Amino acid sequence: MDFTEPDRLAGHRAAASTWAERHLRHEWAQREQETGSHHCPELHAILAREGILGAGWPAEYGGSEVDPNMAAAIFQEIADFGMRMDGWFTTWLVCQTLLRAGTHEQKLRFVRGALRGEIVIVIGYTEPGCGSDLAAARMKAERSDDRWTLNGSKMFTSTAHLGTHVFLLTRTSAEGPKHRGLTMFLCPLTAPGVSIEPIHTMGGQRTNATYYADVRVPDSLRVGDVGGGWDVMRVALAYERGIDLEGSGPTLVDRLAEWTRTAKSADGAALFDDPSVQETLARAALEEEVGRVLMARVRYVSDAGGLAAVERAMAKLYTTEAEQRRSSALVELIGPAAMLKAPAGPLDGAVEALFRLSPVGTIYGGASEIMRDIIAERRLGLPRSRPAG
Amino acid sequence: MDLSLTPDQLALADLFGKIFRTESTPARIRAAEPLGWDSRLWDTAVSAGAPTMGVAESVGGGGASTSDLAVVAVEHGRHLASVPLAEVLAATHLLAGLPAGHDLIPDIALGTVLPTVCLRPVTGTLAPLVPAGAVADVVVCFDGSQLMALRRAGARPHQPSPATFGSVPVADLDLRQGWSERRVLAQGAAGAAAFDEAVLLWQLLTAASLVGLQQQSLKMGVDYVKVREAFGVKLGWFQSVQHRLADVSTAGEGAELLMYKAAWAWDTAHDERAGLTTMAFLFAAEAAYETCRASLQLHGGYGFTLEYDIQLYYRRAKAWPLLLGPTRETYRSLARTRYAVAPDSGPDTVVA
Repeated sequence: MDFTEPDRLAGHRAAASTWAERHLRHEWAQREQETGSHHCPELHAILAREGILGAGWPAEYGGSEVDPNMAAAIFQEIADFGMRMDGWFTTWLVCQTLLRAGTHEQKLRFVRGALRGEIVIVIGYTEPGCGSDLAAARMKAERSDDRWTLNGSKMFTSTAHLGTHVFLLTRTSAEGPKHRGLTMFLCPLTAPGVSIEPIHTMGGQRTNATYYADVRVPDSLRVGDVGGGWDVMRVALAYERGIDLEGSGPTLVDRLAEWTRTAKSADGAALFDDPSVQETLARAALEEEVGRVLMARVRYVSDAGGLAAVERAMAKLYTTEAEQRRSSALVELIGPAAMLKAPAGPLDGAVEALFRLSPVGTIYGGASEIMRDIIAERRLGLPRSRPAG
Repeated sequence: MDLSLTPDQLALADLFGKIFRTESTPARIRAAEPLGWDSRLWDTAVSAGAPTMGVAESVGGGGASTSDLAVVAVEHGRHLASVPLAEVLAATHLLAGLPAGHDLIPDIALGTVLPTVCLRPVTGTLAPLVPAGAVADVVVCFDGSQLMALRRAGARPHQPSPATFGSVPVADLDLRQGWSERRVLAQGAAGAAAFDEAVLLWQLLTAASLVGLQQQSLKMGVDYVKVREAFGVKLGWFQSVQHRLADVSTAGEGAELLMYKAAWAWDTAHDERAGLTTMAFLFAAEAAYETCRASLQLHGGYGFTLEYDIQLYYRRAKAWPLLLGPTRETYRSLARTRYAVAPDSGPDTVVA
């Protein structure tokens, strides 16, 4: 076996770093921290104007000449700067879905608009009454001639307050198997009858509940066939976890290990000299490494053209569960100071933030329980245990 | 990146898989207990070139890569072969790497010498619970300054082995008497380096054996829950059963990948070789034990009986890695290696 991974971004890092220095502003990162809104309209406009959003996309839909690896290197810089780009990520995955499941007009309008930065699409699958069981969606869409009327509500429509459209999973038929009565729409968030309520999370992110009361949308905003929503969803879900780039730089565990060399325990010795501290650090580093090889395998199988469904389920299950174990163990390692938020906490509150953030990893993008179902069925050949529907 | 075995490695896995499947049947494994030594199987492994396969061709070996050795060790573990493969390969690697050990290589290849290595430095005159100590003809040990090889004549087993739950042929070795020859292989830093490398290779190959053991014990559990019924359905229908097996299969695949990554680090002289190897060792040990525990549990009361094979796996999953020492020490040494701190001289030394 060969575990060498060529660094595709190596040739672009210096230029990306210069780009970041010129464009990124600390007040944006600070505002993101304070508001929990992981989308920066000013930055988004610059990325669109410079063709960075359009890198790698077909020219007929507004793609640019920018090297996709350069764009990826810039995105990495933005992440290292402490900013998330949830608005672009959801827009990206819906546009990828449109390329495969949308009409020509939809591709021209939405993909082009998105790459110009004018359209930001958010995700509306989950409802107050259904999360992991997405096909149980109850939001109603009723047809009259070439218009549809939407009624219902969606949960966790993150970035909706800054977006232009929501990609909605709706029920158009109550007959037959539940996943056959679904239809997808692109609904303007400015349409009369749409309302957005903020939801604040323990991790600091602001998300939303969105409500739809007699919202009218034309049939031209339907994506895929009537009753074919699940087929579109299968495409969209394949893009859910996006591009699996390996992170660069020292990990949190490595940074904390460095910190324990100078931090003192109660008896005045360096924390690192405590054997139990060494054990905790070694264990955390080991679990990071297991996650790393499982993720590497996802890239290996995907690059070879495979779906990597089981490999991805294993990597997602392991890395998110390990992150929770790690967050707890590192808090215990630090002691009371681990409670301190930035800037007072060690490592600028990185462990404090991880402790609040890590619970969501095992929930979104397919809960751990769903990952285990997938592994049991597809790897171990055990029978489907969820009720069919 | 290429995470597949080469055609040659697949052929190697096939060859040794066949040998161990045929000659390490559950009946043969039981017959080799309690010592955990099957001399006929060892003869077959010697005929297949196992002991010196990793030695450079210039020194009379097979020139196999470390990854190749790992492939063989996976099959060894899958079938619980009652032969000390990791010990022999690690000791042979050490002897082949030092001029003073070269003349032993032909005898090792012929099977007339079976070498092992004391995994922990010895300061007194007694080396306790040396892996393969009951059956080894040559024992390599390091006292902190000198790396020695002790040789003895006579038939195996050379001495009785205390009864262990893992049926491993360990023995307390008296370093003062019973040896027909003792030689210094290396001194000081050179001796320490050769010793550390042998212990590290033992960790890697034990990890590989544990990966094979994990895979087989998982298969036994999965096969069982597909046929056994309770409450009118197959056990495997229950989500509590599925999820436990999903967790241990994920850990097992992580352990396998990590072990092959460590082997790759050996073959490419990667600077993270030591850390990756110890991680692979620790994680394979944990995955193997947790898988056996789950699999035994899902066998119900039968899993606890000697008639069923899962107990053979359960006992060895814990015993094999235990030969190195307590896990906590290995974790500590991993942290010190990874974060480049001078080794702690205290608890890693055995005083007799």
